[in-house]
Amino acid sequence: MDSLPFFPDRASTMAGQVDNLYFAWLILSGLVALAVAVLIVWFAIRYRQGTAVDRTVGEGPEHEKKMQRIEIVWTVVPLALFMAMFVWCTEVYYRNVTVPKNAMPIYVVAKQWMWHAEHPAGEREINELHVPVDRPVELLMTSQDVIHSLSIPGFRIKQDVLPGRYTTLWFTANRPGEYHLFCTQFCGTSHSHMVGRVIVMEQVAFESWLSAHSNVPTMAARGAQRYHQLGCDGCHGAQAAVQAPKLEGLFGRQVPLRDGRTVLVDERYIRDAVLLPSQNVPAGYEANMPSYRGQIGEEELLEIVEYVKSLGNATHEEMP
Amino acid sequence: MNSTAIASHDAIAADESYLSSGWNWRSWLSTLDHKRIGILYTVTITLLFGIGGAAAALIRLDLLTPHSQLVSVETYNKLFSVHGVIMVWFFLIPSIPATLGNFLLPIMVGARDVAFPRLNLFSWYLFVAGALVTIYALLAGGVDTGWTFYAPYSTTFSSSHVFAVATGVFIAGFSSILTGLNFIVTVHTMRAPGLSWFRLPLFIWAMYATSLILVLATPVLAMTLMLMGMERIFGIGVFDPALGGDPLLFQHLFWFYSHPAVYIMIVPAMGVASEIISCFCRNSIFGYRAMAFAMLAIAAFGFLVWGHHMFVSGQSAYSGTVFSLLTFLVSVPSAVKVFNWTATFYKARVSFDAPMLYALGFIGLFTIGGLTGLFLASLGLDVQLHDTYFVVAHFHYVMVGGAVMGFFGGMHFWWPKITGRMYPEGWARFSAILTFIGFNLTFFPQFIVGYLGMPRRYPIYPPEFQVWNVFSSAGASLLVFGYVLPFVYLMWSLRYGAVAPANPWNAKGLEWETASPPPSHNFHATPVVTEEAYAYARAESPHG
Repeated sequence: MDSLPFFPDRASTMAGQVDNLYFAWLILSGLVALAVAVLIVWFAIRYRQGTAVDRTVGEGPEHEKKMQRIEIVWTVVPLALFMAMFVWCTEVYYRNVTVPKNAMPIYVVAKQWMWHAEHPAGEREINELHVPVDRPVELLMTSQDVIHSLSIPGFRIKQDVLPGRYTTLWFTANRPGEYHLFCTQFCGTSHSHMVGRVIVMEQVAFESWLSAHSNVPTMAARGAQRYHQLGCDGCHGAQAAVQAPKLEGLFGRQVPLRDGRTVLVDERYIRDAVLLPSQNVPAGYEANMPSYRGQIGEEELLEIVEYVKSLGNATHEEMP
Repeated sequence: MNSTAIASHDAIAADESYLSSGWNWRSWLSTLDHKRIGILYTVTITLLFGIGGAAAALIRLDLLTPHSQLVSVETYNKLFSVHGVIMVWFFLIPSIPATLGNFLLPIMVGARDVAFPRLNLFSWYLFVAGALVTIYALLAGGVDTGWTFYAPYSTTFSSSHVFAVATGVFIAGFSSILTGLNFIVTVHTMRAPGLSWFRLPLFIWAMYATSLILVLATPVLAMTLMLMGMERIFGIGVFDPALGGDPLLFQHLFWFYSHPAVYIMIVPAMGVASEIISCFCRNSIFGYRAMAFAMLAIAAFGFLVWGHHMFVSGQSAYSGTVFSLLTFLVSVPSAVKVFNWTATFYKARVSFDAPMLYALGFIGLFTIGGLTGLFLASLGLDVQLHDTYFVVAHFHYVMVGGAVMGFFGGMHFWWPKITGRMYPEGWARFSAILTFIGFNLTFFPQFIVGYLGMPRRYPIYPPEFQVWNVFSSAGASLLVFGYVLPFVYLMWSLRYGAVAPANPWNAKGLEWETASPPPSHNFHATPVVTEEAYAYARAESPHG
């Protein structure tokens, strides 16, 4: 049925679960629609003008009560069905948005009108996303301009990509092949050109693809370079005279802030701390870090994030 | 409803009708008669429907091939934006309330006019001013943001005429607010003696519920558009993160208006369908009170579900959960309405005149539109469906299948009352059936291609989606005839149609107790209502 397609490829562990919701709704709503259609057509024909059929209806309080009972039934029954579906659909959704701890990160920067992906190993790609089969992958995404949305119908996943913050998406692809990648949030003139391919590879093939350009520095290495170029080590370095938090072992820790909050040092916090340092000062430090807003692109910032991450290994396990 | 104070008005000479009080420009443009203002709105929105429809026709033609061979992507983006802006704000929102509502609401409550006739005329001028500003912007080069104006694309990045279009919509919004206000006050204060709240026709309940939404929601749209315009011109940082703003705030504000706006479009059609179904079933609407309360419940709950447009926007999963739950709750009164209409057919005396065919089409299409809304309300499933053609199909089933079928049904039902002429019944039945078939052929394939993942607003798409797009475009060509035919024969009927009696359907309701077309002040003596709505004597037929 390639010429008349009804269902997209099922290429991720989510796909079957989402399809089950779809089939359940198709059956449930199909039955309701059919019941309404059959009843209306049947009544309309049987009780059409001019037919001699029995039209006597009950009257009095007994009849009123009966009608009321009918109304209660057809209010409560759909409500109960909808609530059951609500629970099921919400449960699937939470599975879809809860990123597994062991997910392999890939960083994505969207811009009018292309997708940039960067692997921690250093490989970079445009409008293509190479991923290994049977391994959870987490996309950490941001936009350089307007809102975009990353959609991979074959995986049944989608998430808006916003300027000014990170959003995440995860999946475990379970069928090698090539799948569509669409931008589904209207983003300007060439919105419909902002498409690409997801290439799901066997794990061995993926590893050799990653190491094909082993001369490319890793993201963390590039991040370290920027870190020095921007003079971050002037304060955060081991020999620095200025008192600033040391970054070793920081990632993944809970850190108290000067304003009383306690935050988890994750990608989002590092981003905020670089761009809006005065609002994210750790407890015990002065608010003397300058903002790097406007001086650093989203991709460079992600590399710095990856560098800070690399300084603080062994962290996810410590979390409660 | 029965009026004791009015004798037969068949004797009223045609020159006493509201139409006979002058045919020059001035008599129309300075009229305070709600009926004439209703006609002014009808003419205006018909023209605007033509513009929005032409844009839709070009969209469907372009989508016949996956490579956008008819127009450039820039033009395509402007076409769907024009289509959305015109159809939502300049056709669907005013469609039933400003035309049939204006014409009928005072008559159906037994009043001489709306509470504030001058305000009523002013609201039409505002509407025209808003439409002219918008049309100017379209001629000057158009807008490419879609009708949703998402920031920061609209505020910082788009180089099209965003500000002018937003200004047009902003101005037209005030016409909505004033119309809503007028209807609310009229229903509260000007009901005829004996016409208690629970004797009101459901069309009036529908207008009342709609008016509440118009008055409460439209100001939020005005604020949102104003903030967007100010960010665009002065660079105040409200929505664009580069200026320190939050783009999700725009979506919250926008949908706080735009979700209730869906009910502004569909609730009036529910009112129309109720009138038509009871008339051609010769039966009172099953569960009248439940129907009235369901419309109020829809209006109230409708304000609490805007976040279901934002499940993948980056709003928190917990917000999404609450909005999903509330959306399922708002679907219950809609389901109850469909069941009650169905039950109205039981032991009825059904006849299949053209308005009834439209009303049946309305039930069918609204049911499919409502049920597919449940797919979208489901968090886990919406992730796949969001911003695909499934959404496009769903809201066209509700807003075109529901609201436009209701509008056409109502136009046919009350055409004899409004114009004093009968339309050709055969052609009207044919058009109703053609519209139903054309509509399904156009939009049903879009559910399928949506689940396949085809994104909205894509002039260029992968070739495997083409087959469904060809079905859809073929359906659209039928739909064109479904919409153009009534225009032709209704115009024809103005001159050549049979003269309509006061009550051509033997229908209940005060509007049928005055002449067709009604006299300038609607009634010669204030009617007194002595019975419930829809007190159809079971033996009567709509044809005498």
